[in-house]
Amino acid sequence: MLTLDSKLPSGPIQDAWTNHKNNLRLVGPKNRPKYKIIVIGSGLAGASAAASMGAMGYNVECFCFQDSPRRAHSIAAQGGINASKNYRNDGDSTWRLFYDTQKGGDYRAREQNVYRLAELSTAIIDQAVSQGVPFAREYGGKLANRSFGGVLVERTFYCRGETGQQLLLGAYSALEEQIAAKTVKMHTRTEMMDVVVVDGKVRGIVVRNLETGEISSHAADAVVLASGGYGNVFYLSTNAKGCNVTANFRAYRRGAGFANPCFTQIHPTSIPASGQYQSKLTLMSESLRNDGRIWVPRDANEKRAPADIPESERYYYLEERYPRFGNLVPRDVAARNAKDVCDKGLGVGPTGYGVYLDFAAAIEEKGAAAVKAKYANLFEMYQRITADDPVETPMRIYPAVHYTMGGLWVDYNLMTNVDGLYSIGESNFADHGANRLGASSLMQCLADGYFIIPVTIGDFLSRNDPGEVTTDHPNFAQAENEVKEQINRLFAVGGTRSSQSFHRELGKIMWEHCGISRSESSLKEGLQKIPELREQFWKNLKLPGKANEFNQSLEHAGRMIDFLDFGELMCHDALTRDESCGCHLREEHQTPEGEAKRDDDNFAFVSVFEYAGEGKKPELNKEPLAFDALPLAKRNYKS
Amino acid sequence: MKISLHVWRQSSRDDRGGMKEYQLDDISPEMSFLEMMDCLNEQLTQNGEEPVAFDHDCREGVCGMCSMVINGEAHGPKAETTTCQLYMRHFEDGAQIYIEPWRSSAFPVIKDLVVDRSAFDRIIQAGGFISNHSGPKPEPNSIPIEPEIAEQALDAATCIGCGACVAACPNGSAMLFTAAKASHLGLLPQGQTERYSRAKTMVNQMEEEGFGSCRNYAECEAQCPKGISIAFIGQLNSDYLKASLVEPVDRRGEMHSQ
Repeated sequence: MLTLDSKLPSGPIQDAWTNHKNNLRLVGPKNRPKYKIIVIGSGLAGASAAASMGAMGYNVECFCFQDSPRRAHSIAAQGGINASKNYRNDGDSTWRLFYDTQKGGDYRAREQNVYRLAELSTAIIDQAVSQGVPFAREYGGKLANRSFGGVLVERTFYCRGETGQQLLLGAYSALEEQIAAKTVKMHTRTEMMDVVVVDGKVRGIVVRNLETGEISSHAADAVVLASGGYGNVFYLSTNAKGCNVTANFRAYRRGAGFANPCFTQIHPTSIPASGQYQSKLTLMSESLRNDGRIWVPRDANEKRAPADIPESERYYYLEERYPRFGNLVPRDVAARNAKDVCDKGLGVGPTGYGVYLDFAAAIEEKGAAAVKAKYANLFEMYQRITADDPVETPMRIYPAVHYTMGGLWVDYNLMTNVDGLYSIGESNFADHGANRLGASSLMQCLADGYFIIPVTIGDFLSRNDPGEVTTDHPNFAQAENEVKEQINRLFAVGGTRSSQSFHRELGKIMWEHCGISRSESSLKEGLQKIPELREQFWKNLKLPGKANEFNQSLEHAGRMIDFLDFGELMCHDALTRDESCGCHLREEHQTPEGEAKRDDDNFAFVSVFEYAGEGKKPELNKEPLAFDALPLAKRNYKS
Repeated sequence: MKISLHVWRQSSRDDRGGMKEYQLDDISPEMSFLEMMDCLNEQLTQNGEEPVAFDHDCREGVCGMCSMVINGEAHGPKAETTTCQLYMRHFEDGAQIYIEPWRSSAFPVIKDLVVDRSAFDRIIQAGGFISNHSGPKPEPNSIPIEPEIAEQALDAATCIGCGACVAACPNGSAMLFTAAKASHLGLLPQGQTERYSRAKTMVNQMEEEGFGSCRNYAECEAQCPKGISIAFIGQLNSDYLKASLVEPVDRRGEMHSQ
């Protein structure tokens, strides 16, 4: 059994974070340089954490597998970032953002975490503006806002359709400032292969230099994983090609609990796949749903071009089914409804798996120029990929795997159950419950990195002397050997199939058996297919090149090992969670309208899985959830 | 589609390298350029040859990782398009396609099409930031910014740091990259304090890294996947000139933010 002490503060939720902070132990400025902190990943969470802790004076080393920290996939977030500034005077508040996030997550998140996130949201905007992030402005020069799915206020801040890029470049420049100041040492093209734990405390990591293939050890007083999400277990997703679960999964194998692994968000508005060779899916920001109307032809045999189909023969299914929120229902509801109409044969495009997102009404009302200006780079991107102009003809969209709410279990201080091992940003599970609202991921990464981890990490460090364990400890040599052995094993297979082809196959299994909707029988089937595929992988993998050189095929094959094991863990979790909640729809548990039916009596807990050893079923631990500030309510976007 | 590829192969930094020809017979026009490269690598793997190493990540035109000179142009023939956003329908059936890495001595080749662009990070380290710590900050609406200025700053900030400007420039200059960051920060009120020192330190670092000088060829703008204007180079030049005219009197030695 894992010891899961969530260290949640008591007392009224409005004062919880302040009181908690006031009771944390701190490390004084003179002592900070003595503590070494390793940060894995340089996205919004990793870069902001490394920069903030470096500026405080800690001795920070940051690792990323890309050639520069600026490449991390946070850069691709388009739509915006939420903050309860209430600039629009439309009734927004910390409480309202907390309520929306908790409700959007279908009450499967910790209240205190979610409230803290809402509380910190406004400071993130202040921080980003001070870095020079050029948010959109109104004519008077004040910050502009747009609205996003699942809420009734306008609280989303944005930079055209490239908000993630601008926020990441802000965090990146802060990181580079600290690198120049020598408080942070950056290791690019370096991949974490294992964490080293000694007597229950994390003591460092083992990495592979991706250019030379050299395996080396790095000791530290604390390790912060900011390695992102694992959507690429589905092969096709909106994630960057390099996104992987390896860092998190290696931590899990070394004793960290993995929480809610099956909670996967399927984004409703991505460009549909065009063929077998498809290597990734491209997201169209859901902010487009502000001005786009979603529809399919009412007749399954419809052959006319979209513009020729009269209004009466169009099925605006979201507007009809959810009159109050219309096209702005939360992501999971929009995604399931798209799949539903396509499964009924109403889908459009060459594969029949697509729905129209139509801007004709907005263009008529505001003019083509205004609409184009608002979504400039999105329209451009769509036209580039499909060769269609969204001003002339509706976009075609379809759901795609986009974000993973599950991740390493962490306490209120963002520390996993392994002492000194932290997890921040998308790589932890904490804030989004069973479904994340739009424009909340950037907010969470930056809240974790700029404001939470810099304070909470001191509480752990101050209780430990710096540099207690060095890389001379035998556990480092052992971990290095295991990494090398695994690489040798991969080369020794000598089969006929590339690791890419296995990845594609795993993705199909996951999409079919653990995708947009799940059932007991399909999950059980998935749990049979994955071990079979893993066996094939270890019998038939063909791996070109050598270990001690720049070898992208080897990088991929190494990540595949963890994806294969992790896919199984996801199916286990989805099978155990015999209820529907948020994005996790078990076909056995839905309302007649196809809405998720929660079972609060039996499943109001966080599922935390514990590694039980090679080939053994992971052990389920439960962290019960309390709902004191916000009583449980049915998620309803209809009235 | 059938296509012939001529690809730069170089096994390591020290290898001399050379072009090698490959034939692909079953390419769909709907494939992206990098999906075509995936097909090539699958074919090479099956034939027991080493796949071509190339940098790529987001495959949606924003991370700046992909970097190929295609038929002599950085990121290929289509304007304002990264390699990953290039589609095979942009090429003719039977096309001869030449693929090389970024060509610049400041970007040494690591393997095949992969180059070392860490020089860009060092230019940013030299001043491509507003000195700042994390913590409470003033209310942003207390400093209104004209929307036109915010838009201009964003036009510059949209640079993805891919390095196409360097690969495109006959002199291998990094002026567009450097100017984009200096102008982004120099346009905004938050960036005024360090505006002139920034222009100087970034340009100095650029020169130290071995990038060439700018001669206004404007190839950088023509091949920039984000269409960043060389007008920003004008702004950087003007800031750089002012910085060198008004040399601040150094009374306390080197100054750092507190």
